[in-house]
This record gives sequence, C-alpha cells and structure tokens, in this order.
Amino acid sequence: MSEGSGRVLKPLPNVVKAEGAEPIFKAGDEVTISVRFPVGHYRVPTYIRGKRGRVEAVIEPPAINNEDEGFGRNAGVKRHYYRIAIPLTELWPKYAGSKNDGLRIEVFETWLERN
Amino acid sequence: MNTHDDDHGHAAATAQDDPPPGYYEIMETAVRELLVEKEVIGGGEIRQMLEVMDTRTPALGSKIVARAWVDPEFRARLLANGRATLEELGIDFFEDTQLIVLENTDKVHNVIVCTLCSCYPREILGLPPDWYKLKPYRARAVKEPRAVLAEFGTVIPDGVEIRVSDSTAIVRYLVLPQRPEGTENFSEEELASLVTRDAMIGVVRANTPEKKEKSR
Repeated sequence: MSEGSGRVLKPLPNVVKAEGAEPIFKAGDEVTISVRFPVGHYRVPTYIRGKRGRVEAVIEPPAINNEDEGFGRNAGVKRHYYRIAIPLTELWPKYAGSKNDGLRIEVFETWLERN
Repeated sequence: MNTHDDDHGHAAATAQDDPPPGYYEIMETAVRELLVEKEVIGGGEIRQMLEVMDTRTPALGSKIVARAWVDPEFRARLLANGRATLEELGIDFFEDTQLIVLENTDKVHNVIVCTLCSCYPREILGLPPDWYKLKPYRARAVKEPRAVLAEFGTVIPDGVEIRVSDSTAIVRYLVLPQRPEGTENFSEEELASLVTRDAMIGVVRANTPEKKEKSR
C-alpha cells in the first residue's frame, strides 16, 4: 500500500475524528471482559466474561459490530477489535500447566472495561 | 461462510442407509433454497464458491511457510500484516477478516482453535478437518492445551509458553512452525513438503527430514 513511497506523511493537526475511529484502548492496557448475557448471537464466549486480561494489540482497521451484522444491521459506527491476552490460570484457577500459558482472543470494544 | 455441519460418525454410510437429515441440515437446505428462489443469490454462485474452496488446500499454506523460512524480509512482512502480504501474492480473501500469522519459537508454541464454531484460515488452508469443528477439541484446546497437544504426539516442555488463539470474530490465524534442523541445504520446495496442515494449526511441529522419510 504505502510500500515504495518511501515517506510517511505526518497527520494534519486538529482533524476531528468520527466516533469510534480512534481506538479507546492501547497495547498494555489492563481490561476486564464485560459480564453481560444479552439475548441473541454474541461473539464473546462465556468462558472469558468477567476475566481480566491485557490489550496486546489494536486490530486495524475498525470494523462494524458483527453482533449487529448478525441481525442484518450492517451500517453505523465502526469500532476496534483488540487482541486480548488472558493467562490460562486466570480462566481456569485449577490450570495445571505453566503459569505463562495464555489465551489470545479478539474482543470488540463494547465488551471491554478498563481496570 | 461458516459451515456448522454435523457430519461425524457416519462417514462409511452408503447412499441407501443415509440417516434422515437433521435439524440443521434441513434448515440449511431451506435457507439456501429460499435465497435462490428470492434471487438473493444464484445457485451457480454457491457451486462456484465450492469450486474456489476446493482449490485452497494446505499445499498453499506450505508454500507460504517455506517462503517465510528462506526469506527473512517476507517473514517480517507476513508477521506484520498477514492479509496485506498474502494479497500481494494474489491470494484473495473472500471473507471480511484479518489474518494474524503466529510465529513459533524456542520460547513460544502457538495453537489455534475456534471455540464458538469453526473459524479457520480457509483462504489459505481450505476446509478445516472434522476434529477441528467438533466440541471436544474446541472445548479442551483452551482449557488443557498441553494434554490436547500430547494426544497429537506433541509434548511441549514446561519452559515453553503455550499461546492458544481463539478465533471468534474477524481474525483468522495461521501458525508459522519452526524450521526443522538439518534442512539448511533444502530448497524452498523441499521445505514446503515438510509442512503439514496440522503444523499450521499448531497441533504438531513441522516434520523433520527423517520423520518424513519414515512416513513414506
């Protein structure tokens, strides 16, 4: 895409961004996955709800909420997904393997709470 | 195009003793026929997509892995942005998904799963194996990955961190296995022959040259 141009442009100052265009969280942020049980099809498995993790990366580009998309609503504000790291010992208190073992999972912004 | 099919347990059945279609099979047929009848999609489009899927096989993934082993610049770009790099190679992505390539090292072993259904890097590896779609693998991969890997014959030392990537929404994963020792003089094509589908899911390592000889 920008390969070969050899130059990265500096963003103009004071450009007002649309809602959701800028990620709310950044790599390293400590977060908790929301505990909610809405009716419908949700892409957040129950085993991670209420668990604490860390933002490993912001996933670009921003995306529409695919939980809305599942019901045919495919327009509106876009937000980011984040690659979240959760230790397996946080998910499963009796986890027998190494304490360094971990899960990585993408979670939509609306499901994350700042610790 | 996630397929929530449920085809385990009767692979050997003949046409005569096919069991009656299950609930989901009937629903899939009904929805498909309605979509065609209402002209939302054409029957030909489904057939064409199946044809495309049939051309995507682990052989494509093996070539990508082998290239990453011999070309450090390609590897760096693949790890930085999997989708954009593969699109440059002419591999189109028919789903609106990103691709994260996970590099196995001496310190980290990656394995992929989709606990909710059967998300899989279909653009590169084609259709997932049946066990990948079944509940025992999906439930256990995130809960006791070391036991699951051991059942595949892959014993990961305690000092090596296991990272399980659960593909749930818009990200797909491809594991970049470690290049086996004793392959310094191998051509890219020879290297590709050591990379199996399961190695790119992360449940086994890439074959060593000796192991490949044995399996012949």
